[in-house]
Amino acid sequence: MMTNAHDYAVAAPEIFLAAASMAMLMIGVFRGNGATRLLCWLAVAVFAVALMLVLQAPAEKAVTFAGAFVTDAFTSFVKVMVLIASAAALVMSLGYIRNEGMERFEYPVLIVLAALGMLMMVSANDLIALYMGIELQSLSLYVIAAFKRDSVRSTEAGLKYFVLGALSSGMLLYGCSLIYGFTGATGFDAILAAQQGQDHASIGLLIGIVFMCSGLAFKVSAVPFHMWTPDVYEGAPTPVTAFFAIAPKIAALALFMRALIVPFFGIAGDWQQILVVISVASMLLGAFAAIGQSNIKRLMAYSSIGHVGYALIGLAAGSAEGVRGVLIYLTIYLAMNAGTFACILCMRRKTGMVEGIDDLAGLAKSNPLMAAALAVFMFSMAGIPPLGGFFGKFYVFVAAINAELYALAVIGVLASVVGSFYYLRIVKVMYFDDEAEPFERPIGMEMRAIIGLTCVFVTFFAFYTAPFVAGAQSAAAALVP
Amino acid sequence: MYHAIVFLPLLAFIVVGLFGRLLGDRPSQWITCGAVIIAALLSLVAFWQVALGGQPLKVEVANWIVSGTFDVSWALRIDQLTAVMLVVVNGVSALVHVYSVGYMSHDPHKPRFMAYLSLFTFAMLMLVTADNFLQMFFGWEGVGLTSYLLIGFWYHRPSANAAAIKAFLVNRIGDFGFGLGIMAIFMVFGSIDLDAVFAATPGQVGKSFEFLGWNLDVLNTICILLFIGAMGKSAQVPLHTWLPDAMEGPTPVSALIHAATMVTAGVFLVARCSPMFEYAPTALIVVAVVGASTAFFAATVGLVQNDIKRVIAYSTCSQLGYMFFACGIGAYPAAIFHLFTHAFFKALLFLGSGSVIHAMSDEQDMRKMGGIYKYIPQTYGVMWIGSLALAGVPIFAGYWSKDMILESAFAAHTGAGQYAFWLGLAAAVMTAFYSWRLLFMTFHGKPRASQEVMSHVHESPPSMLVPLYFLAAGSILSGGLFVHFFVGDGAAAFWGQSILMLPDNTVLADAHHVPLWVKLGPIVAGVVGIAVAWLFYIRRTELPVRLAKVHREAYLFLLNKWYFDELYELTLVRPAKWLGRVLWKGGDGRIIDGFGPDGIAATVINLARRATLLQTGYVYHYAFVMLIGVAALVTWFYTTSGGGGH
Repeated sequence: MMTNAHDYAVAAPEIFLAAASMAMLMIGVFRGNGATRLLCWLAVAVFAVALMLVLQAPAEKAVTFAGAFVTDAFTSFVKVMVLIASAAALVMSLGYIRNEGMERFEYPVLIVLAALGMLMMVSANDLIALYMGIELQSLSLYVIAAFKRDSVRSTEAGLKYFVLGALSSGMLLYGCSLIYGFTGATGFDAILAAQQGQDHASIGLLIGIVFMCSGLAFKVSAVPFHMWTPDVYEGAPTPVTAFFAIAPKIAALALFMRALIVPFFGIAGDWQQILVVISVASMLLGAFAAIGQSNIKRLMAYSSIGHVGYALIGLAAGSAEGVRGVLIYLTIYLAMNAGTFACILCMRRKTGMVEGIDDLAGLAKSNPLMAAALAVFMFSMAGIPPLGGFFGKFYVFVAAINAELYALAVIGVLASVVGSFYYLRIVKVMYFDDEAEPFERPIGMEMRAIIGLTCVFVTFFAFYTAPFVAGAQSAAAALVP
Repeated sequence: MYHAIVFLPLLAFIVVGLFGRLLGDRPSQWITCGAVIIAALLSLVAFWQVALGGQPLKVEVANWIVSGTFDVSWALRIDQLTAVMLVVVNGVSALVHVYSVGYMSHDPHKPRFMAYLSLFTFAMLMLVTADNFLQMFFGWEGVGLTSYLLIGFWYHRPSANAAAIKAFLVNRIGDFGFGLGIMAIFMVFGSIDLDAVFAATPGQVGKSFEFLGWNLDVLNTICILLFIGAMGKSAQVPLHTWLPDAMEGPTPVSALIHAATMVTAGVFLVARCSPMFEYAPTALIVVAVVGASTAFFAATVGLVQNDIKRVIAYSTCSQLGYMFFACGIGAYPAAIFHLFTHAFFKALLFLGSGSVIHAMSDEQDMRKMGGIYKYIPQTYGVMWIGSLALAGVPIFAGYWSKDMILESAFAAHTGAGQYAFWLGLAAAVMTAFYSWRLLFMTFHGKPRASQEVMSHVHESPPSMLVPLYFLAAGSILSGGLFVHFFVGDGAAAFWGQSILMLPDNTVLADAHHVPLWVKLGPIVAGVVGIAVAWLFYIRRTELPVRLAKVHREAYLFLLNKWYFDELYELTLVRPAKWLGRVLWKGGDGRIIDGFGPDGIAATVINLARRATLLQTGYVYHYAFVMLIGVAALVTWFYTTSGGGGH
C-alpha cells in the first residue's frame, strides 16, 4: 500500500480524462458543431488511452488523496468495463446523432465527463468522494437525457431524471450524514474501524445505511427506486438509452458493492436484508412488468431492472464469490445490452426510427443475420445455456446457494422463467409473424462490428469463461477482506 | 417349418397391412389366405409329427429380454397340447380367411380386414406356442388388441365402437389378474420359464407368502390369479358381458375369435398350467364352480334371445363353461377335447348364421326370418349338422366330448363335481332347446320378412360354402376319430408330458365306469330339448307367447341376461364415469389447469397489467414510491432491531 497522501499517478486515468474533456471542449467551442464527428472519434481515442492507463496500473491496492481514492484489481476490472461501454455507446451514437440532427459538440464531451464521474465512483473510498463521483456522472447524464432539446419526450425524460435524481441525491446525502454522525468518519476504512468490536450496528447507523442504499439503488434502478427508468429509457434518444443501460449501471453497481462491503463488512447480516428485498422486488417487477410492453426501449428498461435484481443477488450474498458473480454478470450484461441496443438502433425506416416490438415482425426474412444476432441476445438474456447469459446467472445463483440464500435463488430462477416469456416473444415475432416493412439498409460498419463482436462474445462465452472468472475472482478478492 | 407356421401370418399382416391399398383387394386376399392356408397345412404335419408321433420339441427364435436376473428367451414350445391348438387355430383361421373373401365382398376395406385377421392369427399362435409366461402374455394381449380392432371394424357404427371398448375394458380386468399372476410366479419361482416353473412347483406345495398382512397359499393364489385372466378372455361369469356385445363385429370375426380360438385361450391356459393347478385344489374348485355356473347361466339366457348371433354367443359362453368345469375336476384332456370339437361346430354355426344373414340382407333378428330352408338348402343342411353336434347327439363330434365331460364330472365324486354335473345336464337340455329354436325360427314356419327381402334370399357363393363343408365334416368326424387319443385309452400316450395329471387323479378312467343313466343322461337331455323346441315352435306356436306372459318376470329376467349389464352399469360404470368426470372437470380442469398452466398464465398477465399501471408518468408518484420504499425499510429495521441504539 502506498502511503503518499497525494500520489497523482494513482489517479492517472481520471486526470487524463478530465484534461482531455477540457481540451475537447475547447476544440468544440472553437470549431463549432462541425467538429462533432471528429470529437466523437477523439473521445473514443481518449477512452482507449484511459483504458491503457488503467491496464498498466499496478494490481495491488493503492490509495491517494488522503485515502479518498483507491485503485486495486477490483477498480481496474470495473473501469475497463466502464470505458469499453462508454466507447461502444459513443460509437453506436454516430449514425443516430447525424440522422436525428443531434450533432452538437457537447455530446461527446458530456459522455467523457460522465465516464470520468463513473471512474471516480468506482475508485471512491470515502463518502465525499462517492458523492462527488455520483454527482459528476449524474449531472452529465441529466443533460444527455434531454439532449434532443426539440423533442418533448427527450426533455421530459431529462427533467424527470433530474428531479428524481435530486431527490435520491438528497437521500444519499442524508444517509451519508447519518453514517458520519454515528461513526465520526467519512473514509470507508475509518468507518469500518469505528465499528470495531460491534457485531450489530446501532439503529441510527442502520437508517443511514438504508438512506445511502436508497440513493445507490436509484442509480442502479432497483425496485422501488426504479420508477424513472422506463420513462427515461423510452424518452431519451436511443443511443443515450444504450449508454444509460450499460455504463452507469456497471459503475453504480461497483460503487454499491464497495460502499457496502468495505465500510460495513462487520454488519453484513443487517444490510443483506435490504438487498434481498430490493433484489427480489427488482427480479419480479422486471419479469412481470415487461410482459405488457410494446415499446422495445421500455421493454429493455424493465429488462435492465430485472438484470440488476439478479446482479444484486451476488451482492446480497456478501461474499467474495458473490462479488465475483456480480462482475461476471456485468461483463455479460455489457455485451448483451450493447449488442441488443445496436440492433435497436438499426430499427430504422424511411420515415424515421421505430421502437415497437411489432416492427420487428418478419425480420428473419428481411435481415436474417440481424435477426439471428438479436435472437442470440434474447436467448442469452433469458439465461438459456450455453449462451453467456446462462453463466452470468449461474455464478450469482451459486453464490446465493453457498450463502444459504435459498429462497432468493429459487425466486430468481422462477422470475427468470417468467422473464423468458417476453424475451422469447421477440424471437417469435421476428421468426414467425407476418413480415412488416423491412428496415433501411445498409447498416453502418460500426454497428455491424458491435453486433458481430458482442454476438460472438455471448455465443461462445462458454469456451473462454476461465480467464473472465479468474479476473473476476482476483477483483473480488481485492474487495472482500 | 415351425417358424413358417408362426411367422407366415405375421408376414402376411405386414405386407397387406402396410401395402394393402397399393396391392388392391384381390392380391391382399390371396396373400393372407395363402399364408394362413400354408400355415394350416403345415400345422397338420406338425400335428402328425408331434402329437400322433409323440415327439414334442422346442424351437429357439431369439434372446428376448435380459435384465439382471430376469432372462427371457423367445422360443416356440411345440408339444402335443400346442399341436392340437395349432390345428384348431390355423385350421379355423384358414377357413375363415377364405369365407371372408365372400362374406366381405361388399366391404370397402377388405385389405384392412384381412390384415387384422392375419395379425390375430399370429398373436394366437404366439399364445399357444409360448415357452414362458411373458411370451404367452404377449400373445394374450395381441389377441386382445386384434379382437378390439375387429369388433370395432365397422368403426362408423357407434354400437360397434362401444362393444369394442367394452370388450377391451372387461378383458383388462382379466389381464390384470393374469399380469399379477405372472409377477407372483416370478416372485416365487424367480423365473417365468414354463419348464423351470413347473419343475419347481411340487416344492412350493403348502408354502405361503405374505401380502399386505395376508398369509396366502402360494400355489392357490397364483392359480386363481391366472384363472382370473382366463375368465376375462374366455367370458366366464362375471366377466362374460363383453362376449354377446362383441357380436357387433363381422360374422367371420365372431366365428374365428369369439367362438373357435381366442375365447378358448383361457381353457388352454388352465390346461397348459395343469402342472400348477394339480397342486392347487382350492383353485380347481373355483374353476369348476365358475365354469359350471357359466354353463348354466349362459344356457338360460340363450333360451330367449332373438338375435341369431347372440343365441350362438351365449351358447359359446355356455360351452366354455363346460370346458372350465372339466378342467376344474381335473379332466384337462376332456376340456381340450371339447375345445377341439367345439371349434369346428361352433365356427360352423357362426359361419352358417353368417350365410343366413348374408341371404337375408344383413337381418339378424330371428323374429323377422322363417321359412327360408327351401331357398338356401345347403346352409340349412350345415346348420343342422352344427346343431346336432352342439346338442350332443350321438356320432356327432359334440356327443363324444360333452358326454365325456359330464361323465367325468359325475365320476369325480366331489361336491364341485356333482354341482357341475347337474348344472351341466340342465344346460344340455337348454342347449338342445335353443339350438332347435334357432333352426325352427330361422328356417321353418311362415316367412316373417318383407316381400322385398324374401325375393333376394339366395344361397351364398362357393367361397363361403366350401369352408362350411370342411367345418361340417369336422363337426361330424372330429369326435369319433380322436376320442381314443384325447380321452380314451390312448390318452396317456397321446398327451405325454404336456398335461400333468397326478397319479391319484383317475377321473378320466373312472368316467368310463359310471352308471348307465349317467351315460344316457346327455342323450336324453338332448332329445328332450329338441322335442320341446319342436312342440313350441312347430306344433303349438302359441305356447311360448303364453308362457312368457304367465311367467313374465322370469322371461324378462332371462331376456335381460340376469340384469348383469344393468348391475355393472349401476355399481361400476356409473361410479367410474362419475369419478372420471370429477377428476377430469374438477381435478384436471379446475385444480391442475386452473392453478397450473392456465392459472399461472392468467396470474402473470394480471400481475403484468398491474405492474404497468404503477407507471403513471407523474413525477410525484415516482417520488412517493421511493419514499414509501425508504419508509418501509426504515420501519423494518426499527421493528426488527428493537429500536435499541447501542
